[in-house]
Amino acid sequence: MDLSSQLPLLLGLAWLAPLASFVAILFFGPRMGQHGKNAAWVATAAILTSFVLSLVAFGGWIGSHPVQAVSHGAHGAHDSHGDEAAVGAHGAGHGPAAHSPIAYSGDWYTLYEGGNLKLSIGWYIDALTILMFVVVTFIATCIHVYASGYMHDELHDVTDHEVHLSGGGHLHRPGRFPRFFQALSLFCFSMLGIVIAGNLAMVFIFWELVGICSWFLIGFYYERKSASNAANKAFIVNRVGDFGMLIGLMALWGALGTLHFADTTTTAADGAATTQPGLFSLVRPAAGGHALRVPDGMVKFAAAKEVAQIAADHAANPADAASEVASKIDDWRSMGMGRWLLFVAGVGIFCGCVGKSAQFPLFVWLPDAMEGPTPVSALVHSATMVAAGVYLVGRFYPVLSPDVLLVIAYVGAITLFIAATIALVANDIKRVLAYSTVSQLGYMMLALGVGGWSAGLFHLVTHAFFKSLLFLCSGSVIHACHTNDMRKMGGLARVMPWTAGTMLVGCLAIIGAGIPFVIGLSGYYSKDAILAQALSFAQANPAHWILYVAVAGGAFLTAFYMFRLWFMTFAGRPRDHHIAEHAHESPAVMVAPLVALAVLAVVAGWTLPGGFGLANLLEQARPAGTESTMTGGFVFGGLTFPAEHESHEGAIHVTATLTAFTTAAAGVLLAAAMYLWRILSPTLVAYMFRPLYRFLANRWYFDELYHAVFVVPALGIAKLASSTDRGVIDKIIDGLAWSARQLAGIDAWIDRTLVDGLVNATANATWHAGLELKKLQTGHLRQYVMFIVVGTVALFVLASLLFRTTLAG
Amino acid sequence: MNLVSASWLPPLFAAGLLGEPVSVTHYLVVGAILFTAGIVCMAIKRNALGVLMGIELVLNGANVNFVAFASPYLRGEGAVSLGLDGQVIALFVILLAAAEAAVALAITLNFYNNHSTVDIDRADDLKG
Repeated sequence: MDLSSQLPLLLGLAWLAPLASFVAILFFGPRMGQHGKNAAWVATAAILTSFVLSLVAFGGWIGSHPVQAVSHGAHGAHDSHGDEAAVGAHGAGHGPAAHSPIAYSGDWYTLYEGGNLKLSIGWYIDALTILMFVVVTFIATCIHVYASGYMHDELHDVTDHEVHLSGGGHLHRPGRFPRFFQALSLFCFSMLGIVIAGNLAMVFIFWELVGICSWFLIGFYYERKSASNAANKAFIVNRVGDFGMLIGLMALWGALGTLHFADTTTTAADGAATTQPGLFSLVRPAAGGHALRVPDGMVKFAAAKEVAQIAADHAANPADAASEVASKIDDWRSMGMGRWLLFVAGVGIFCGCVGKSAQFPLFVWLPDAMEGPTPVSALVHSATMVAAGVYLVGRFYPVLSPDVLLVIAYVGAITLFIAATIALVANDIKRVLAYSTVSQLGYMMLALGVGGWSAGLFHLVTHAFFKSLLFLCSGSVIHACHTNDMRKMGGLARVMPWTAGTMLVGCLAIIGAGIPFVIGLSGYYSKDAILAQALSFAQANPAHWILYVAVAGGAFLTAFYMFRLWFMTFAGRPRDHHIAEHAHESPAVMVAPLVALAVLAVVAGWTLPGGFGLANLLEQARPAGTESTMTGGFVFGGLTFPAEHESHEGAIHVTATLTAFTTAAAGVLLAAAMYLWRILSPTLVAYMFRPLYRFLANRWYFDELYHAVFVVPALGIAKLASSTDRGVIDKIIDGLAWSARQLAGIDAWIDRTLVDGLVNATANATWHAGLELKKLQTGHLRQYVMFIVVGTVALFVLASLLFRTTLAG
Repeated sequence: MNLVSASWLPPLFAAGLLGEPVSVTHYLVVGAILFTAGIVCMAIKRNALGVLMGIELVLNGANVNFVAFASPYLRGEGAVSLGLDGQVIALFVILLAAAEAAVALAITLNFYNNHSTVDIDRADDLKG
């Protein structure tokens, strides 16, 4: 078996294993040991199987596609252009040198085929897919193990102290241990489905599945009002983004007639193979050196009027019409037709990513999602699910036009800044991490938006490791303190050395700590790549310098809030002695995943001698046409997206690294000054910047704004609709029902008195006649004889009177 | 005994029966008298045995009629039977009467055992 048939098998099995676990727990969960205790083993075994299969696939991949350092010189010579007008002049010259990624694709199962619509379950496997499989299954395995310890409260009946019943007591309910692992398994299945998906329709299906799993898991303690609200909020906010995604899907399918990423080859019955181009080769045809251009389908779609005119002119000969349309397409393309459609498609798909990856303006759901159990926060809301948006932007990258990329970059910049500022003042340990997640996702989006394809996805992977580590550490702290409030913690490093140590590793990783130019933690490499690419972009497009400032400022804020968190939680003296006395180190089953993740948070970014490393592995999957500088853009003016390798070199790299180091160090120092050495009093600072502090503490009033702008009107409309429903529709229906009732009453009266009356009267008459006749039967034999005699005589008399003639005759 | 002056005789005289030679009609009159006597006996006797006797009278009245109607005088010209139909039926009725008397006497005996009387006016346990 060669790799092209091995990989789909291995990854397909890795993808389906959690589904099997989900089904098993769904049907037999409560019967798996006492209170479903073994459900954790089933789910963990399934995800571990996935991890092993992914590792095997990974090994197979690097065996046949060795990861090496990318030689930059080969690409430096040529540029590709996003502007269509330029393609005519330069495109032909770039053809032979064009790079194209190594990818395998195909379909397992066709759901529906009709017209030119084909919905299928298929795969698109490249280095990125395999890397994501390994990362997701590894983190999920760690978190399954951790959760089997963390969720042990659910193994017996639970008294939920946060639910106050109307009687004044607390809610007492049975444990829901199997249910948790059931949802976790379904989530893993859905997430892996997104990663392996070979077309956008399949992505969308699993996108929604992930959404519903998130809803299950955030609302795990659904008796708590806050949890059920948070679950609904997450679901509804995501629907807003998915609406945009649907528009993008429609734009693509309506104009191009396919949702497959890669080309699909179908072999007909007679052996003739036909190749239908996928999205990637439609937008970046190999013939044009993989330079971005508006696909023919979109041009025709936009020039529908002209096409109709030509068809009308050549009504007699449709072949002529087709050839004339084909000859005019390049003219129309240079006129800019179809550009808007490509823009709408890109922005539409990005809208879905905005919702799922909690970008501005749809980030409000993620912090609330921390109502779920901590393993869920770690797995779903920091390491994997929210990464799905970034992953999709990365996967869909070849189709994104320069204008869409700029939108992505700005959305990312705004997100990273807003979330980082809110994290500065948050006091709930999980919320700090939640806002930090939003901010880091903003980093990734920004990186992708400024042309840093591998920088963004590199950060996605490293972030997955250290953010799940941070969340699991916070879960360990919460498990020990039974509170989320950092103001009640402090000095925990002495009682929880493992948690404190691993969390310090996580904090150092997220701020990108390292010795400049020598070595560093994983975040050092990925964050430097982002900074360098942002700087490179800012130099190429001076108008957009703000993006670089956002990245550099974000690095400072990240360092500050992360170390504020660490110092407040672990350093200094305990603020609440009651909590400090009862705190304890978590059990081994919870500490072990922390250590495993901490190791990866350190080493994930390293490149071994010989070039083996994540960054170079990602280069194998780099979308065709993005390895060289791209120019273009028509909505926001001319844009230049410098090739990513340029930012790895020389002055840009040095400046970026120094900026990253300086800003991060400044942030850590400021945090230490305020929370460790207490040179600056945090309360005093907060008092000095009262309005700003209040603004940030209220999370920029986003929730209030959305409440006033969307929730209140929506509720108003709902109230109006409900009063219309009750006042008008219900009244009409009630009236109809009332008259029907009255009619039925009359009918019932007729039935009872007339129909029943007749029947009853007959019965009564018979009854009474019987009663009367009974009196004749006196029991006196002599009387009977008299009756017989009289009767006989009477009959004779009667007969002689009536049949006189007969008798006489 | 002056039968001729008895008040119930005139119809017989009117029919001219007494003056006629004995014919079928006379037998029928005897049968009717027996039957009527039996009926009256059944109707007025309170003693169960008396009632049974009345029944015997009724049956025998009917027997007389059967035999009377079997008279050769009433037979048509083309008859092919032996002319003993009436007599055979009468024998049959006698047989039945014997059987019926046995059953009726058994009932009466049982009634007596239960009620220490044979007064049929007391036998009204099965009335409606």
